[in-house]
Amino acid sequence: MTLADLAPLWLTLKLAATVTALLLVLGTPLAWWLARTRSRIAPAVEAVTALPLVLPPTVLGFYLLLAFNPTAPLGGFWMSLTGGTLTFSFAGLVVASLFYSLPFTVQPLQAAFTSLGRAPLEAAASVGAGPLDAFLTVAAPLSMRGYLTAAILTFAHTLGEFGVVLMVGGNIPGETRVISIAIYEEVETLDYTTAHLLSGLLLGLSFAILLALYTVNGRGRMRGLG
Amino acid sequence: MTTIDLDIAVQLSDFKLEIDRRIPLSGLTALFGPSGAGKSTLLRVIAGFEHGAGRVAFGDEVWEDGRRFVPPHRRRIATVFQDPRLFRHLDVRGNLAYAARRAGQVQAVPAMIDRFGLSPLSGRRTDTLSGGEAQRVALARALLTAPRLILMDEPLSALDHARRLEIFPYIEELRDEAKVPILYVSHVQSEVARLAGHMLTLAGGRITGFGPTTDILGDPVLAPGLGGEEPGSLIAATVSGITEDGLCALDFPGGTILTTQRLGAAGARVRLFVRARDVLLSRERPEGLSALNILPAVVSSITDAGPASADVALDCGGTGLRARITRRSAAALGLEPGVPCHAILKSVALARD
Repeated sequence: MTLADLAPLWLTLKLAATVTALLLVLGTPLAWWLARTRSRIAPAVEAVTALPLVLPPTVLGFYLLLAFNPTAPLGGFWMSLTGGTLTFSFAGLVVASLFYSLPFTVQPLQAAFTSLGRAPLEAAASVGAGPLDAFLTVAAPLSMRGYLTAAILTFAHTLGEFGVVLMVGGNIPGETRVISIAIYEEVETLDYTTAHLLSGLLLGLSFAILLALYTVNGRGRMRGLG
Repeated sequence: MTTIDLDIAVQLSDFKLEIDRRIPLSGLTALFGPSGAGKSTLLRVIAGFEHGAGRVAFGDEVWEDGRRFVPPHRRRIATVFQDPRLFRHLDVRGNLAYAARRAGQVQAVPAMIDRFGLSPLSGRRTDTLSGGEAQRVALARALLTAPRLILMDEPLSALDHARRLEIFPYIEELRDEAKVPILYVSHVQSEVARLAGHMLTLAGGRITGFGPTTDILGDPVLAPGLGGEEPGSLIAATVSGITEDGLCALDFPGGTILTTQRLGAAGARVRLFVRARDVLLSRERPEGLSALNILPAVVSSITDAGPASADVALDCGGTGLRARITRRSAAALGLEPGVPCHAILKSVALARD
C-alpha cells in the first residue's frame, strides 16, 4: 500500500469537484429556463436533460467518443483551442461528466426554482431589483437547499462514474485513471488488497455524502426552508 | 395631478378585463368590486407583472404599448401584496435595507423603522412575525423605494379585525403624509369608506363608476353591484366631546350624532357610514324609542330600488342621507320631495378621517 495507490482517489475528487462547480454554473440558466418557460419545446429539452439517467453509460460514452474525435466539430474546436485531444484526457473526462451528471444538477435546481414561484421575484421587482439582481439576491439564496442537493448529488454521481470514463478516457494514471477504473483493474489483476481499500474508501465517502444530503434536507424541512 | 392612462384588454379564464380610461390619481383611490371582477389583474397590469395587455401610461411616461414595455423594476412603483411577501432569508432590517439600497436612500432606514414602530422587530426573522407586524414591514419597505405610486392589493384581507385596526393608521398616515398616490384594491366597503377619497368600481372586467367615495357609496344604482353590501351614506363629522354618560358626540351640519365608540379627542375629524337600511323614517318626531340618533331632514328624492323597496334621499342640513324603506311605507307616510321628516339611525359605522 503506497501513496501512489491513492492517486486515483485524488484524481476522482478533482474530477468530481471540477464537474460540480462547472455544472452548478452552467446548469442554473437551464434549470431556471425549464422552471419558468411555457415554451412548447420545453418537454423535449427536459427529456434530453434526463437522458443520462436511463441511457447505458456505454451509449453516452460511444457518442461522446465520436464527438471528441478531432474530425468532429467539438473535437476539432478543442484541438484548435488547446492543441490536444479530448479523448483520453482529463479535460475530456470533465466534458463527458458534464453530460453524464447534468440531470443531477438540473433536476434539483429546477424543482427549487419551481417551488419558489413568482411571488418573491415580483416582490423583488416591486422594490426595484432587476432580473439578475433579483436572481442573485433573492432567488438563489432562497434556493440554497436546491443548490446543496444539486451539488451533493452531482459530486456523488461523478465519483461513481465508470462506463463513460472507460469509453472516452481509458486508463491513464494521473490523467484518466479514476477510482472506479482503478478498482476494476485491481480486481482483474487479483490485487484484492488495493481493491478492498479503494472500494471501502468509495463506499465510506459515498455514504458520508448521502448522509450529509439527508441531514441537510431533514434540517431544512424542520426549519421550513424551501 | 398625476394620471394613469389605460387602454387594455386581458383575457381571463371566464371574462375579459377591458378598460379604456384615464384615471386621475390623488390620495388613496380604491379599486372596488366583488371578487373576480378583475381588480387584482388591473393592478398587476399597472405594476408590469402582466405582459401585452395594451397601453399603459403614467402621466406622459408610456409604460407599455405595442412596442415598448418598461419592466416592473424600472417603473418606480411599490406594490404591497395581500401576503406581505417579505424576503424570508433576510431579517426585518435586511428587508428594509434591500429596498432602500436600490432607491439610493439607505440613510432613511432608521427613520422608517421608528415611524412604523419596528425597532423591537428589526433583528427578527420574517417568519416569526405576526400577520400585522409583517404587513407593517411590507408598508415600510414599499415606502423606502421612494415610489411614485403605491399599489396595494387587499393588504388587510389576510388579517383579523384587531390586526386591521392596527394597520389602518399606518395606511392613513402614508396617504396623508407621503403624498404618494395609492391605488388600493378592496372588496370591503367599510375599508373603502374609511380610507379612500375616490373610488373606481369594477364589475365583470369593466369600470362601472368613478368618483368621490361619498358619491359612489351612496349611489343606489352602483352600490348594489358592489359586492353584496348595501348602499348607504358617508357623513363627515367632528368629535365635539364626551357626554356625562360616556357617549361620544359628533357634530355635522345636520345635527349631532351620538355613539358608544370613542374616536379620538375633541376636534378630530371622522367619517361615519350609515347603511340605507339602518335608517328609519317618521313624519312626526318619534317618542319612546331607544334609538339615540333622530335627525330632522327633508326628502329630496325617491327612487325605486327592487320590487317593493324605495330609496329615499334626504337632505339633512346640507348633508345627504339615504334611507331604504318599502314603497308601501313611503306611500303610507306620504313621502315626496320637499316633505319634512325625521331620520332614525339604528346604527352607524365609524371611519376615522
